[in-house]
Amino acid sequence: MVLIIVLVILAAIVLWLVGMYNSLVRAKNEVGNAWSQIDVQLNRRHDLIPNLVETVKGYMTHERETLEAVVRARQQAVQVSGSIEDKARVENALSQTLRSLFAVSENYPQLKANENFLALQEELTSTENKISFSRQYYNDSVLTLNNRIQMFPTNLFASAFNFKQAAFFEVESADVRKPVAVKF
Amino acid sequence: MYEQIRANRRRALMLVLAMAVLLMAIGYVLGEYAVRGAGKLGVALALIVWAIQALVAYYAGDSIVLSHSGGRKIEKQDHPVLFNVVEEMCVASGLSRVPDIYIIDDDALNAFATGRDPEHASVAVTAGLLKELDRDELQGVIGHELGHVHNRDVLYMTLLVVMVGTIILLADLGRRFMFSSGSGTRTGRRSRGLGGAGIAIVVAAILLMILAPLLAQMIYLAVSRKREYLGDASSALYTRFPEGLARALEKLGKSTKKLIAATPAVAPMYIVNPLQVTAAGLSDLSSTHPPISERIRILRSMGGHAGFGSYEAAFRKVTGRPVGVVPFAALQSAPVVPVVAPAAAMPAVPLTAPPAERIDRVRQTTDALWALNDYIFIDCQCGTRLKIPPVYAGKKIECPHCGRVHEAKRA
Repeated sequence: MVLIIVLVILAAIVLWLVGMYNSLVRAKNEVGNAWSQIDVQLNRRHDLIPNLVETVKGYMTHERETLEAVVRARQQAVQVSGSIEDKARVENALSQTLRSLFAVSENYPQLKANENFLALQEELTSTENKISFSRQYYNDSVLTLNNRIQMFPTNLFASAFNFKQAAFFEVESADVRKPVAVKF
Repeated sequence: MYEQIRANRRRALMLVLAMAVLLMAIGYVLGEYAVRGAGKLGVALALIVWAIQALVAYYAGDSIVLSHSGGRKIEKQDHPVLFNVVEEMCVASGLSRVPDIYIIDDDALNAFATGRDPEHASVAVTAGLLKELDRDELQGVIGHELGHVHNRDVLYMTLLVVMVGTIILLADLGRRFMFSSGSGTRTGRRSRGLGGAGIAIVVAAILLMILAPLLAQMIYLAVSRKREYLGDASSALYTRFPEGLARALEKLGKSTKKLIAATPAVAPMYIVNPLQVTAAGLSDLSSTHPPISERIRILRSMGGHAGFGSYEAAFRKVTGRPVGVVPFAALQSAPVVPVVAPAAAMPAVPLTAPPAERIDRVRQTTDALWALNDYIFIDCQCGTRLKIPPVYAGKKIECPHCGRVHEAKRA
């Protein structure tokens, strides 16, 4: 009888431990998943920019510098390989140049009447939004994982099985979160 | 939100089982009426009916609801903005698949989500909604709907609507049958003459007719308003901009256009009750949906934050109810804990206040008017400017903000 009780208690403890371990794994996978979402959106933006530059080039003859800045920033963003921090830095720079491109495009009424441009603008606006939403989701997932790793009792497991805290995708200022200003 | 997901799965199962019991009871009664001792056969038949109904409701419930509402499926080129907004909210909520998107060609302002899980989900919005809402507001509405998808509200709601809807439909058919056969006494007599079978159908019809309104009532009771609040909270969390949904709800509440395809069975699925369209939409008293005005007030009382914690606090403050809407575990893991990681703290949401320079201009104008009327101005150390009527000249005045005492004399 005593043996059965002990076994039941042991089984319950094992189940509880398995549950805790799985919750850590789930949190870790969610972070990886969220990160790949950011990557998807960033790549999409990289793909859209050449089209945008091509469309805009003919109209914005006086904005060479702005265009070149966008092309350069995209180049850097495509080439960067390394830490999350580096990536965040160059991608934020790309956001900035895109914003200024759309800002100066306000001065070109013909461009604003171009359907191709409008479609691209909508796509890029949405992609910017998706980037910030995926970053937001990534940061939320990182917070959940890091909380589990730091808080009792899951922290005992985390150190035993070598779960590492993930880094946040930093945004330099609240301003960066704002999408490209586009009126509908 | 695992708590909410589990609760919805449990309720869905309960619903399906309750339906089995109900149908078996009807089957038994009918069987016994038709032929003495055939109750078991009736139960068996009822079980078959139940199995078919449950399978249809589970696998085809979403398409039934969608075709019932008159939605048509769209592709990206049909409405790129709507498509993008749904994709954005998917990314924000971490859903793995973008739901199918439907547009209901109706001028009313409404939206709903359906499906059995995030892999098989759809959202539908009316054409009127797309016309009236700007991008931020649309994002708020879609965020609310994807919140329902994420929390598995869609599974429970779709099952409920389809299974109960079938019974209401049968009852309707039964009533028509009764009226048509009751109009001629001769046919009535003949059916009585037929014996068991005829009586059984009559009894079935009566039973269903009694049950139908009860079942309709049951829908309203089963659909807790909590879901709608939770949808709002999810929307605020995903968009990080509660004001967007608040503005959208304001427009939805003000609209007096009626959704043509809405019936009592599907009404609970919509973001705002499509059957309670009155001029005073903001103060509606519908039972399936919480008052829109209250939902707006909660969203606007979140104090510049967008997390579940802030929604919970705002809910308690506005409604005065001690029990909130967000499940405990979700509150625990709600990402609004700046102490742990300041980087993930909610960015403060800019609330729409009039720009500072405009306030200043208005102040200057009114001050000029006060001055014309011989008012006395005293600048208190706390930053308040006291405007004192001329009758109080020479008297002691207490600052209403900080309590410092000033002597009212002209500068």
